[in-house]
Amino acid sequence: MEWTRHLLIVPILLPLVTGALLLLIDELRHTAKALISLASCLLLVGTAFALMRLADAAPETGSALSLSYAVAGWPAPFGIVMVLDRLSALMLALTAVLALAALIFSMARWHRAGPHFHTLFHFLLMGLGGAFLTGDLFNLFVFVEVMLAASYGLLLHGSGAFRVRSGLHYIAINLAASLLFLIGVALIYGVAGTLNMADLAQRLPAVPAADRGLLQAGAAILGIAFLIKAGMWPLCFWLPSAYMAAAAPVAAIFVLLTKVGTYALLRLTLLLFAPGAAEATGFGGPVLIWGGMATIAFATFGVLASQAMGRLAGYSVLVSSGTLLAAVGMGDTAVVSGALFYLVSSTFSAAAFFMLIELVERAREPGADLLAVTMEAYGDEAEESEAEERDDEEVGVVMPGALAVLGVCFGLVAILLAGLPPLSGFIAKFAMLSGMLNPAGLGAATATAIPGQTWLLVALIILSGLAALIAMMRTGIRTFWAPLETIVPRVLVVEVAPILGLLALCALLAVQGGALLSYTEAAARTLHAPAAYIQGVLGTVQPGGAPR
Amino acid sequence: MELTLAIAIGALTGSGVWLVLRPRTYQLVIGLSLLSYAVNLFIFSMGRLRLGAPPVLGPGGSGNPADYADPVPQALVLTAIVIGFATTALLLVVLLAARGLTGNDHVDGREPR
Repeated sequence: MEWTRHLLIVPILLPLVTGALLLLIDELRHTAKALISLASCLLLVGTAFALMRLADAAPETGSALSLSYAVAGWPAPFGIVMVLDRLSALMLALTAVLALAALIFSMARWHRAGPHFHTLFHFLLMGLGGAFLTGDLFNLFVFVEVMLAASYGLLLHGSGAFRVRSGLHYIAINLAASLLFLIGVALIYGVAGTLNMADLAQRLPAVPAADRGLLQAGAAILGIAFLIKAGMWPLCFWLPSAYMAAAAPVAAIFVLLTKVGTYALLRLTLLLFAPGAAEATGFGGPVLIWGGMATIAFATFGVLASQAMGRLAGYSVLVSSGTLLAAVGMGDTAVVSGALFYLVSSTFSAAAFFMLIELVERAREPGADLLAVTMEAYGDEAEESEAEERDDEEVGVVMPGALAVLGVCFGLVAILLAGLPPLSGFIAKFAMLSGMLNPAGLGAATATAIPGQTWLLVALIILSGLAALIAMMRTGIRTFWAPLETIVPRVLVVEVAPILGLLALCALLAVQGGALLSYTEAAARTLHAPAAYIQGVLGTVQPGGAPR
Repeated sequence: MELTLAIAIGALTGSGVWLVLRPRTYQLVIGLSLLSYAVNLFIFSMGRLRLGAPPVLGPGGSGNPADYADPVPQALVLTAIVIGFATTALLLVVLLAARGLTGNDHVDGREPR
């Protein structure tokens, strides 16, 4: 089983090598580039699922819980380690599947809209893979920066004044957030003297009381950096415009970027401030819960107020961010397990929505949704450049019955976003709500009273679903039924296939919900047992070497 | 020395934050650069200030960790400088593109009315 250990580094190395290789190929050879890119992405999907099996095979209790990989063979607290547990494997699989869908979608025309699309795309995947795998705080910073640098390029892909303006805001905000990240990391290092997450968790209880304030300040600043990335209110105003400005396949993969912040918060709060581990148990929990609820409330109003579909999708990403943050803040095993399921489901549906929007907007008269939207929010120039891009000849199989297919997809996305049965959105919300209302476990006689804030959160989650349903119905009626003369859009099979694929995955998640739920439950339980993670990392076996 | 460094970090951060809040893109770039200098100095100071202590073992070194400065923050600063430099360069390109496309240097792409 020696070689399987090296699988851990593949999600980082494979996109890096592919991205670098694609740089060498001439921009005019679209097909060659696309094929190499696709092959690499398929390999990544395979690797991610192999890693997921590997992580799931690990015993749930005991010392050898998380698989770790000491890069260059340096042992854990001194060198950088890559750590695989159920959570990171799940995130990797999610990344790979979403990347495959976005990449296939981009092949219709977007990958030709500007230089180096595939290279940037793979560097983004490398950053995502590294951020999910790393077991070191500073290394997390580096991978997040790799991811962000690639995302800056991707956001500007296709150019146009609206994109450049949103890109400017996006880059400025993220640079400021990165500086906060660095300050937080430096403070934590200054107090604890280590950056290895497992080592840090081990050393935290020994931090003298005089330094505790400094440590918590560091953790709080670090948390703010992650919250900016996750889009918590009031740090989220950049998000809807940036996501709306991005090209459809880019916006689809950007849905994952907010999840990186959530992932880091989930990982670090449960590792460093786990119940019973240190003095500062549950540090930051109330902030996450109330902040998450404020985000849901803000985004719900945003969803209801949006006229343009891109903005609607941006706000629904915020709704899912808020829900996840509040669930992470609760920190309960059952809630976290439901939240992980929700993360998968909401990521797929939001990504499918972003891709669908581009196709649906082809069916509308340009400017149809400027009814009540102020012109400057949308941008004249953006419209013109979009129209120009559309003029270039498209080669490929045209989808028959385009409007019917798009309409059905739109309906399914609405069901997913609102969290109605029979698709996975319902199961996800049900799992979370059930965890919130049954803290002692389903079926147990609940002796503990449920606090008011939980009821508030439950109400907000249900109301946000209702708001999503109303907004989607309004948009759907205006798009598919109301127009007097319908323009049948030219839609290629390559463009519809990834959307149908993602929606089919959501349906599969609903049918096979038990399998994923038992996986996320195991993931949540491992997250709540940080001792095993620490032992798994610090008692690491070097590749090809003996245990330390 | 601590006071000097603290004042330097404070002054850089203060001017950086003020410039970041200004409406011109050029002020934004300079502000972010100043902030990143401040952060780099801050990371450096987190390794504790030492005079004349080398961060790496030289030939004939004592081998006693107390005789050396903490090398980790220095390595971190190096990485942070490289990353900050690259992203600032990228921001400059976007700034020029925004200037070209919108015709002015306001961060919103248009002058406030």
